[in-house]
Amino acid sequence: MTSGPHPSPPPSVMGEGVHSPARRIGDTMLSVDNISLAFGGVKALTDISFDVREHEIRAIIGPNGAGKSSMLNCINGVYTPQQGRIRFDGQTFTSMDPHKAATMGIARTFQNIALFKGMSVLDNLMTGRNLKMRANLLAQAFYVGPNRREELEQREKVEQIIDFLQIESVRKVPVGRLPYGVQKRVELGRALAAEPRLLLLDEPMAGMNIEEKQDMCRFVLDVNDEFGTTIVLIEHDMGVVMDISDRVVVLDYGKKIGDGTPDEVRSNQAVIDAYLGVAH
Amino acid sequence: MSQPGTDPAAADTFPRLLLHHAAVRGDRTAIREKDLGIWLSWTWRQVADEVRAAACGLAALGFKRGMTLAVIGDNRPRLYWSMAATQALGGIPVPLYQDAIAQEMLFVLENAEVEFAVVEDQEQVDKLLEIRAKYPRLKHIIYDDPRGLRNYPDPELLSFDRLQDLGREHDRAHPGFYDNEIALGQPRDTAVMLYTSGTTGNPKGVCHTHASLIAAASGDIAFDGFTAEDEVLSYLPMAWVGDHLFSYAQALVAGFCVNCPESSETVPIDLREIGPTYYFAPPRVFENLLTTVMIRMEDAARFKQRLFHYFMGVAKRCGAKIMDGRTAEVSLGDRLLYFIGDLLVYGPLRNVLGMSRIRVAYTGGAAIGPDLFDFYRSIGVNLKQLYGQTETGVYVCKQPTGKVKLDCVGPPLPGVEIRIAPNGEVQVKSPGMLKEYYKRPDATAESITPDGWFMTGDAGFFDRDGDLKIIDRAKDVGKLKDGTMFAPQYIENKLKFFPHIKEAVAFGHDREMCTAFINIDLGSVGNWAERRGIAYSGYTDLAQRDAVYDLVQECVEKVNRDLASDAQLGNSQIRRFLVLHKELDADDGELTRTRKVRRGFIAERYAQLVNALFAGDTHCEIEGQIKFEDGRTGTIRADVKIRDAKTFPVERERKAA
Repeated sequence: MTSGPHPSPPPSVMGEGVHSPARRIGDTMLSVDNISLAFGGVKALTDISFDVREHEIRAIIGPNGAGKSSMLNCINGVYTPQQGRIRFDGQTFTSMDPHKAATMGIARTFQNIALFKGMSVLDNLMTGRNLKMRANLLAQAFYVGPNRREELEQREKVEQIIDFLQIESVRKVPVGRLPYGVQKRVELGRALAAEPRLLLLDEPMAGMNIEEKQDMCRFVLDVNDEFGTTIVLIEHDMGVVMDISDRVVVLDYGKKIGDGTPDEVRSNQAVIDAYLGVAH
Repeated sequence: MSQPGTDPAAADTFPRLLLHHAAVRGDRTAIREKDLGIWLSWTWRQVADEVRAAACGLAALGFKRGMTLAVIGDNRPRLYWSMAATQALGGIPVPLYQDAIAQEMLFVLENAEVEFAVVEDQEQVDKLLEIRAKYPRLKHIIYDDPRGLRNYPDPELLSFDRLQDLGREHDRAHPGFYDNEIALGQPRDTAVMLYTSGTTGNPKGVCHTHASLIAAASGDIAFDGFTAEDEVLSYLPMAWVGDHLFSYAQALVAGFCVNCPESSETVPIDLREIGPTYYFAPPRVFENLLTTVMIRMEDAARFKQRLFHYFMGVAKRCGAKIMDGRTAEVSLGDRLLYFIGDLLVYGPLRNVLGMSRIRVAYTGGAAIGPDLFDFYRSIGVNLKQLYGQTETGVYVCKQPTGKVKLDCVGPPLPGVEIRIAPNGEVQVKSPGMLKEYYKRPDATAESITPDGWFMTGDAGFFDRDGDLKIIDRAKDVGKLKDGTMFAPQYIENKLKFFPHIKEAVAFGHDREMCTAFINIDLGSVGNWAERRGIAYSGYTDLAQRDAVYDLVQECVEKVNRDLASDAQLGNSQIRRFLVLHKELDADDGELTRTRKVRRGFIAERYAQLVNALFAGDTHCEIEGQIKFEDGRTGTIRADVKIRDAKTFPVERERKAA
């Protein structure tokens, strides 16, 4: 299962010109204004602001404990920040909740895979469609009439994702039996099943070898390209980040220390210090 | 007057065959493809329409009679249709290996002067765009799967759907054009060009005519009794002659259904869902399947394991005999046990392997191990061997059902003539013979004798039953001093079928007798040694143990007993052998990168050992350079033992029964 959608060897991690020229970055879709989050006396995030534009790939980087995952958790409502606002699609929230975030078109994956291990790949992806189901729980239990039709529609969408991520051969295999890299791909698939407008990826390439990383990069780029999905991703691998993202936010100790294109961030002294380590 | 296409005798080209099936069995399924988890099917009539639209589309783009069209990708219905569409216009399809890199494709495209290509997806399009920078003659690239190609700005790039839309317009504007083109086709026209792999020099384009492929396909169909009811799974590369014959030529002649798997990874699942009745696989595929079964069996519950091993024992004893219809030789008790085994073990096993409905399965292309071959036959899969090459349309020899032998490939097929040249080379006249190598009259002259025999380059002979036995490449075959034929690879293969033996090198050309170097398999012999409590420090140590020599000697003597039953090769039994002190390694130049032994190099490098073998010494001290994986070199010194092996009297004639 290591063959990606595009096995021709890329020059760097993904090569130059990975985006097709027709892709257009739109207006601001999500903006985070002056967010602060503390757990008791521990300040996880201090006064963070940045924005995400439609159709872009936005990376959040930073050393361990910089507050990257906390940031994602604020965006999709797992945590409620003590200060600040989140604007999504013109609406302003002081707090989100996960269900509302999901209905508004925000989907995410987790740093540690959060799939139903005993269920097949297909069933896991079907759970991602749950919000799109019109029938209620009782109606779903009966495979007749409109419910049957709906189930078939949902299945077709899921099959398109299976095809997209090239996991046909494991369609009916319980997720727990799959290798780690494939599980990561399934998790991405489940997030895609919700047809999100904004996709939050928490370290999608953690623990992968170079080949799996290349495949995953290709999938992320293809999702962005084919479906126009806006992506916010957290990643440690600087090569990956610099290659695939349009703009990068850098966090360190809960503070924003850089924001800009990969080239700007690369030459930012504060970022270099944070990564190479200087006495604080 | 009959309708066009209903007369089977008039269907002497592939496009006419397609029309014939559309007229005779228009509503039957011709091809299936699994897409988004569902098997989609097309009837013969639908296929005929799709091909018509594609052909007219190509014509609209300027495709003319005699031009070539490259087909690149996994087995997809639309790629098969492209071949038929090309043939309908009097063009020549050239299928290419889909995993070839751009550089390799460039040679073939240039050589075949390809201007049109129909490819599967973005991956292939990218390769062709890269090639086009160096080969601007390549104009039109047509793709099946549009994924990722939406934003490619290239105007010469178009989707298969678009091609067919163009074709339908063209068809409306030029009624009668398509039928006229088909009417112009002649059986002697080149139907397809298949490039040989080119292990020696550049690939050569083998041109087959409609007549030769139809003759080969009809011969096979008559031989095995295939009908329109049969089903095959097309999963081998389209550029390979076997797939072209099984999934295209035979399907069009017999009118059976071809199934295209979802992806190359899903083949085992798709195989099970389709349950083909006719199946071909090279030996390594059968081996992988068996390994998967054995690994899963190790994880099974204890009771199931015992059940499996017990009934596999029964199958080993009598399964092959029952398969061959020699039930009289099997005791009533065994027959009953086999019946129970079939219910409990063999049937479910065949089902898991996707072989429940198989009437005929073939393997070929390489020697198949006896255990592997017997395993499938004993569980009731009618596995047989065939022999042929690209140039003969794989129509030379096939084993008839019920007369299957491990080391033969069967008698010549109807219409095939075979002669053995004085140097032992097999030469063939077959109805499925190539027309020529494309633009290579020199190569054509080298491979076909002036009186019309194709030189296979394989050495072989007919055994007592008139079955052809292929033993080696002709150029490797030598003679012992007494004139006995010496086929090193044949002997080496026999040795290597034992799990304890990893590599073997046989010597004997121009010598009094045959001798061999052996490499033990460290995994297998190491395991064996551990179970016996034999401690060892590494390969060199283990290889020189007397117990290991005993083990190897047993294998060698079994091979000798086997060779003795063969009148021609009987004298080349292995008289003396030694177990090498180091593993043969490609890094040391002893093996090729594809793990074939380089006999000449080894003989030179270990001349001391070879001399000791023939001189009758009982041991030999050797010192040699080896290269470590990190690039350093070191010396290895060893005292290698040499042993004599028992030989057996050669059976000259079969005793009258």
